[in-house]
Amino acid sequence: MASEKGVMLLDFWVSPFGQRARIALAEKGVQYEYKEENLTEKSELLLKANPVHKKIPVLIHDGKPVCESLIIVEYIDEVWSDKAPLMPSDPYQRAQARFWADFVDKKVYDCGSRLWKLKGEEQQAAKKEMIEILQLLEAQLGDKKYFGGDSFGFVDVAFVPFTSWFYSYETCANFSVEGVAPKVAQWAKRCLERESVAKTLSDPKKVYEFVCFLKKKFGVE
Amino acid sequence: MEEAKGEEVTLFGFWSSPFVHRVIWALNIKKIKYKYVEEDLSNKSALLLEHNPVYKKVPVLVYNGIAIAESLIILEFIEETWKENSIMPQDPYEKAVARFWATAAGDGLWQFFITEGKEREEALTSVINNFELLEKELIGKNFFGGDRIGYFDISVGWISYGVPIFEEITEFKIITEQKFPLLHAWMEAFSNSELVRDTLPLREKLSERYRKVWEATMQKKN
Repeated sequence: MASEKGVMLLDFWVSPFGQRARIALAEKGVQYEYKEENLTEKSELLLKANPVHKKIPVLIHDGKPVCESLIIVEYIDEVWSDKAPLMPSDPYQRAQARFWADFVDKKVYDCGSRLWKLKGEEQQAAKKEMIEILQLLEAQLGDKKYFGGDSFGFVDVAFVPFTSWFYSYETCANFSVEGVAPKVAQWAKRCLERESVAKTLSDPKKVYEFVCFLKKKFGVE
Repeated sequence: MEEAKGEEVTLFGFWSSPFVHRVIWALNIKKIKYKYVEEDLSNKSALLLEHNPVYKKVPVLVYNGIAIAESLIILEFIEETWKENSIMPQDPYEKAVARFWATAAGDGLWQFFITEGKEREEALTSVINNFELLEKELIGKNFFGGDRIGYFDISVGWISYGVPIFEEITEFKIITEQKFPLLHAWMEAFSNSELVRDTLPLREKLSERYRKVWEATMQKKN
């Protein structure tokens, strides 16, 4: 990579992981170059920037690559620390923020994928798990405006991109997020009032189209 | 030892868990006095389940009554709560690199350990790829953290005993002095350091435990 000054983001339009990085950059008002990757034909740059996982997103800052979306978000928060802090300052609150962001990371995408990939009993099991996940997050959110409290924070950034996948989860598995986790549903709407989120999140219908495309690709019907 | 200024630190662990070892090493670098509770993983204590209701796993650090779970998160909490004897780099980019390898370093190792044939070959390619990159991280340094052992070293530190044990059981050497001189040297320096030497269980005991887990896993597959 040329040691070019500036910020570049290697990404894929519908990726909730990429969207985390985009939201963090927007919250901080950082100018950057967005590069859309073709995931079936990954660029030389991507393979060089992320030789271990060969995945997006990758943030390249002054020629140096940062991989893994939550690591990227913490990096953005630390470098552009003068504006819109995403992490709390208290060590225990920070540990809690990291824990729940990591929980979203470990659970939501995988379980969500099983909702559209599987059928019958297996799908029912995935649905049960997704409801449990949403209810745990609901309990964590409580009556707060955001997961971060009064300010939009790390866990909010980690979880909000998945809210545009709710429609797909609901349609594939036949349940309602609002029905099982009303506070999360309200929080999702509140987040969309933020410019960084509104401009970044994919339209839920477009996400559903993408899921349908994946289903065909994996031979699920 | 940093004595309790009304501070109570308890670590719930399991003797052979590499995740628990990370926390022990961090607590020791920081010279934090703590109480250790050994859990029976086949019969978890009510206290553990109360402190880690989400995953019900070790390690869990309890500090003045509040619980923190997930080893890497515990490490960052320890760094931020006890300011002396820093384990994290100051530079955000170096932090990002250390955080990346903390989880990525072990990628493929378990698959290599428990698979055969083509699957194992693929896992091995991935492992070697990662070790080549890790080797580069050690250029000009004694440890991943620089002059001293830090977060990066203790996060990937389980490799220093895990890989030799995997190699012994599978009868396949991955980290040789010829292929990975820096990594090989790091493994020796790390294992022989005062920090690690006095805290790890006996190699034979660990080896026996890994073999048992390996046999059980292989049996389930066949």
